[in-house]
Amino acid sequence: MLGLNRKDSGLFLLVICLTALAPFLLNPFPEGSELAQFNAGYPDLMQRFMIFGIFAIGFNILFGLTGYLSFGHAAFLGVGSYAGVWMMKLLTVNVVPAIIMSVIVAGLFSLVVGFISLRRSGIYFSILTLAFAQMSFALAYSVLTPITNGETGLQLSLNDPRILGISQTVDGSIPAANFFGIEMRDSLELAMGGWLFTFNAGYYLAAIVMLISFYIAIRIFRSPFGMMLRAVKSNQQRMSYTGLNTRPYALTAFVISGMYAGLAGGLMVAMDPLAGAERMYWTASGEVVLMTILGGAGTLLGPIIGASAIKYFENIFSKINDTVLHGWFSFMPDGLQDFVVAIIHPFIGKGWHLTLGLMFMLVVIFLPGGLMEGINRLRIWFGKRINGRQQAPDHAPATSS
Amino acid sequence: MDAIILQILNGLDKGSAYALIALGLTLIFGTLGVVNFAHGALFMIGAFCAVTLNRLLSLSHEVVDETRTDFLGNPLRVDVPYVYEWFGPDVGATIIDWSVPLAILFAIPIMVLIGLAMERGLIKHFYKRPHADQILVTFGLAIVLQEIIKAFYGANPIPTPAPEAFVGSFDFGALIGFDPQTIMYPYWRLVYFSFAILIIGAVFAFLRYTTFGMVVRAGMADRETVGLLGINIDRRFTIMFAIAACVAGLAGVMYTPILSPNYNMGMNFLVLSFVVVVVGGMGSLPGAVAAGFLLGILESFASRAEVIDIIPGINQVIIYLVAIIVLLTRPRGLLGRKGVMEE
Repeated sequence: MLGLNRKDSGLFLLVICLTALAPFLLNPFPEGSELAQFNAGYPDLMQRFMIFGIFAIGFNILFGLTGYLSFGHAAFLGVGSYAGVWMMKLLTVNVVPAIIMSVIVAGLFSLVVGFISLRRSGIYFSILTLAFAQMSFALAYSVLTPITNGETGLQLSLNDPRILGISQTVDGSIPAANFFGIEMRDSLELAMGGWLFTFNAGYYLAAIVMLISFYIAIRIFRSPFGMMLRAVKSNQQRMSYTGLNTRPYALTAFVISGMYAGLAGGLMVAMDPLAGAERMYWTASGEVVLMTILGGAGTLLGPIIGASAIKYFENIFSKINDTVLHGWFSFMPDGLQDFVVAIIHPFIGKGWHLTLGLMFMLVVIFLPGGLMEGINRLRIWFGKRINGRQQAPDHAPATSS
Repeated sequence: MDAIILQILNGLDKGSAYALIALGLTLIFGTLGVVNFAHGALFMIGAFCAVTLNRLLSLSHEVVDETRTDFLGNPLRVDVPYVYEWFGPDVGATIIDWSVPLAILFAIPIMVLIGLAMERGLIKHFYKRPHADQILVTFGLAIVLQEIIKAFYGANPIPTPAPEAFVGSFDFGALIGFDPQTIMYPYWRLVYFSFAILIIGAVFAFLRYTTFGMVVRAGMADRETVGLLGINIDRRFTIMFAIAACVAGLAGVMYTPILSPNYNMGMNFLVLSFVVVVVGGMGSLPGAVAAGFLLGILESFASRAEVIDIIPGINQVIIYLVAIIVLLTRPRGLLGRKGVMEE
């Protein structure tokens, strides 16, 4: 299908089904029940799954394939968001030009950064990209304030020209971001029994864009170009000995991943038309690294899983508070209950970053391949047990994806 | 002329902090070959050692003061720190006042313990893994340390003043023949700079003139051969890691009066210190120190109003700009040795 082999088509179809049915799948608990707080099926969070999924897929094309660890990828996302908001201010609130412009601007910026940074490799590359990102962040806060609006962040206003659209609606408010008339925040709500499912236009737009990017990523992974990038990762020196100049390949990968980051930034703007410099801060770059590593660098599905997992836990963990914990452990005697709550307290609510840091360390130490490696290990382990029961030789080759 | 001297002086204190952190980073990289992203967190923990000691010394209990009464005529209840009772009010007040310098003694054992625990517990298992893995795991550790401190001390900066004796400024201009009041330099920054020079000197002397230091230098040059000579080089490198942690911690302790400690101060310094290490030359100790001071002073010059008028925003980006230029033109850094991490 679409030039993919059977296994990849299966994977792609699976992802399509999951994203299409996400409003159902992520809302397993009925409204108003004790467990409803674990539901993730509301538009804002689902949009973030898709957007950060795209960001992580793009980062994975660089880090997973070529092994270049960039610590400044958030800069491209930030630049993309600014470009998107400016399109919405100057041209029209239709999201298509905004997204396209985000990709183009982020691509150009990453071309410049990549051209300079890729002269070095290893830790020097990481520091160069970090330096560029911090520079963009500092400039966005200080000198470039006319373009970025500094600390307040760039927003739409009633006085924007919007040549192809309208500056303000009839009732004097800022027009909403739309896709040829379909407003991003439009939702269709479906109540079934105790459940309430929300189908949001913005989510489905983000999902379609994510699926397209995922498809492109599969094609890149399976192409001769992808093979070349893997060769860069495994032994760059030998590549140059065979007379190949590796830099154009690495630069292409860098620009592609920068464009993915810009795309994510553009979508972010499409969902919520504002952009701020904090999106470029180096912790934001660290976050996408975390997502990719957590899911599994170099795998197709890993980055999406990692991005969704981090965004989901961020949302859920920060919502849990002491009262909720007391509710859960109410079956224990009082003293023990207080003790358990006191132990868990630093890891939840505002302390969720602590959980994230610990989780990340454990993954890097014990599962360098991320969650995907964990899944594969489990599969092999179960495979062995089943084979053992059938008294077949347990040499079933572990296929890695 | 006086303006130039003033900018140099202003750059010195920040430069000292960069130099101390970069020195530790280089020590760790030179000995263990590990890129430690958690070094900024060690700086931050050092700063919080000072905060902790300040709080410990100020621990107080309520006593009834019979000599004074509140407006209802009842005896007044006042909080009296324990140190007042142990050493008398005068000495007690002095001890609390001097809590930041005293925190040096308090921080050394703590930082050494943290350094040893970190090296033996975590870093040891990452010698052979790629640099990317080392960066990632220490990055995770930095987040964890940072969040632990945040859980205990909250997210707001905690002001920790310098001793009374060092409040105010030193008229440096009058000393070298300029008009009085033209070059003013706060006393504490002078103390910080001298302290940094002392620590840097001590580390260099330790490496140069002791047998232990000689073995460590030999190990940095050729670890395998030193190991073959029957010397347990790993243990010495672990101790060097503890020393590096200690240097970062002390830099943090003394920096608290200049910048109120905050749980993410370490990260801001770390990013800059990495840049410093790269500019100075990966693995070169004098390079790290020189580049630290150089970049601190450059930053201070770039923040002058006249310079900002010509190139707006230059003060924010000067360090990164210098790093980019140095990396592209002289990849081994200013004082880097040939062949060490040039790629």
